[in-house]
Amino acid sequence: MKKTYQIAYIFLAPALLTLTVFFFLPVLAALGMSFTDFDIYSIGNLARTRFVFLQNYQHLLHDPLFWKSLLNTAYFVLVAGPLTIFVSLFTAMALQSASLRFKSFFRLAFFLPVITNLVAIAVVWRYLYHPRFGLLNYILGLFHWGPIDWLGDPHWAMPALILLATWKNFGYFMMIYIAGLQTIPGELYEASSLDGANWWRQQWHVTVPLLAPATLLVTIMTAVGYLQFFAEPYIMTQGGPLNATLSVVLYLYDQGFRWWKMGYSASIAFVLFSVVFLAAVLQLYLGKRREAWG
Amino acid sequence: MKYSTLENVTGYINGPFSMIPGIKHLILIVILLTVPVVGCHSLSKQNKPVTFWAMGQEGKHLEKLLTKFTRLHPEIPVKIQRIPWSSAHEKLLTAFAGQSTPDICQLGNTWIAEFESMGALTQLDSFVFGSPVIHSSNFFSGIWQTNVIHKKLYGIPWYVDTRVLFYRKDLLAKVGYRNPPKTWREWAEVSKRIKRISQPNKDGFANYFPLAHNNPHVPLILVMENRGRFLKKNKCYGAFEDPNTVNALQFYVDFFKKGLAPKNMNRVSNIYQGFQTGFFSMFISGPWDINEIRKRVPSLRNKWGTAPMPKGKKSVSVAGGASLVIFKSSKRKSEAWKVIEFLSRPKTQTEFFKLTRDLPAVREAWSDSTIRFDPQIRAFREQLETVQSTPKLAEWEQIASKMQEYLEKVIYDRMTLEQAVIDLDRDVDRILEKRRWLLSQNLLPE
Repeated sequence: MKKTYQIAYIFLAPALLTLTVFFFLPVLAALGMSFTDFDIYSIGNLARTRFVFLQNYQHLLHDPLFWKSLLNTAYFVLVAGPLTIFVSLFTAMALQSASLRFKSFFRLAFFLPVITNLVAIAVVWRYLYHPRFGLLNYILGLFHWGPIDWLGDPHWAMPALILLATWKNFGYFMMIYIAGLQTIPGELYEASSLDGANWWRQQWHVTVPLLAPATLLVTIMTAVGYLQFFAEPYIMTQGGPLNATLSVVLYLYDQGFRWWKMGYSASIAFVLFSVVFLAAVLQLYLGKRREAWG
Repeated sequence: MKYSTLENVTGYINGPFSMIPGIKHLILIVILLTVPVVGCHSLSKQNKPVTFWAMGQEGKHLEKLLTKFTRLHPEIPVKIQRIPWSSAHEKLLTAFAGQSTPDICQLGNTWIAEFESMGALTQLDSFVFGSPVIHSSNFFSGIWQTNVIHKKLYGIPWYVDTRVLFYRKDLLAKVGYRNPPKTWREWAEVSKRIKRISQPNKDGFANYFPLAHNNPHVPLILVMENRGRFLKKNKCYGAFEDPNTVNALQFYVDFFKKGLAPKNMNRVSNIYQGFQTGFFSMFISGPWDINEIRKRVPSLRNKWGTAPMPKGKKSVSVAGGASLVIFKSSKRKSEAWKVIEFLSRPKTQTEFFKLTRDLPAVREAWSDSTIRFDPQIRAFREQLETVQSTPKLAEWEQIASKMQEYLEKVIYDRMTLEQAVIDLDRDVDRILEKRRWLLSQNLLPE
């Protein structure tokens, strides 16, 4: 018995070693760093570092920009998250319906944004959002609306990024939902239609409950992914205008890699880590409870 | 066994500072593992090349520029490595942390203070002292000064830049100005008139200023022109509440508040197109835009010009460009110095200008006819005599970015300028807390 364990450890060793060197050690180092004021001065001379213990975290509590970035991120997650889930579920259901033709074409088309590089997408979307020459404002103009200064108006910049992120990401979750839909046995629909259920009731009483595991997965993935919202504002708005699109990770990046306040930046990372962790645990708990109720 | 672990733990609690060496090793390990080690140590010392990191287009043309050097000094091979500007800062810092810096490097001259404060650079005074080629009087003094920190020299200017006024001659003539504005008052007046004639379609401005947080040059120049202060008490506290500073910033903000400059940069997707269509008639930029305008909007040909900054209390602009530095860890300092000397010869500087269109740092190189008779470069020649460097400290870019953040709030009517400078000074004081501590502990010179 003991011998088999030893063999297992030998097989696990390479993976554990790389994980330790490239993940656990850096995380530990970062945790240590978050208790210091490690910055640009420290790189040349470690005597220029102070051990400040929780002071970085204390400063975070009083840092209005940090709170702003946290609120912005919450705004993004709470709007873009449900929107993405709804759109991906909706398109998945539409693509599964028997009456639709060219299914594989649409599936590919909706999935393309997921695998397209965000920098390339950003270039195109910047033109779509252009206040003077953009397609979006042109269409709004046909209805005598606008023009809206999408990326330049502090009120519109975040909705603009939410739209972009949803468009880019829903294809991935749509695929998960399609896979989920294909596992639902057709007899359930037959049986329910014999019981007199119309299309809407079928969706509500058969499709949605049977998709619950897929929904749990999708919710956790969107929440975890969207809480780390970074690339969109980094490329499209640099957090502006008026910091309306400054996300937590973007703020962390600015502090850490633009100003080299590594200690402070590490403390932001650990706060974000706890938020993501709590969000995931909460969702798992709610999902489990739902399951228990049947 | 168990007992000793406990002791270790209590050791941490009693003496928190004892954690630092542990962290040092961890950090070093992490950084060393993640940074690819540059430079090959196996070559014999005789042929070991001098490594030279250069950015952007300078890196592209450097090899050609150095062919003559290799002919003159076959015993000093030079290995050029190009790094993109966008990641240069990060790369250099990680290279320094991983002890794999090059021998020579091109360094934006606003970065010199930062790298000096880390102790990364070789002091060059003794090299200059014995040099037949390099002497401070050969260079523009404002530019030379950006390399002097605590009265010691750390870099040799390679090429220079500064910002001047670019303007549309035809549009200014249309509102009665045959010459570019020479003072702030004229500048404000000409802006108003241009705005008036662009009124019919309501979609035109007089000026264009970038509001990006990483592009704070215009307000900085205006403050310098008005003899305003940024910092006080040995650069340890913010001084943006200085009346001269506030007046200069007010002048800047007014351009936006009076509709003379667009608030939203996104409206100008391409400044060359905006300049061509007359969406705006004036902007402030550096020498690279001379070629960009010529290349991208050739139809404008004689319709645009450059002029020194309109005068506040004086006409000043920022000292920009790049310098050549030798890293402290270099083992080939005297060879590296020979490369720098070669690149500072007037002849090499002229050739460098022809290859890159970067403005030469050595005055004598300007006597070449290709530079001297270029009407659009002339304003730069004039302005370079009065350039000033921004405060030389590691935190400066962060402070300048903070200033932009607050100015944006004022421009968008979220805050009065009076309140903004008070808040800005408070934030700057906080940013400089580390500097004050270092100075009080004698961990920083000066």
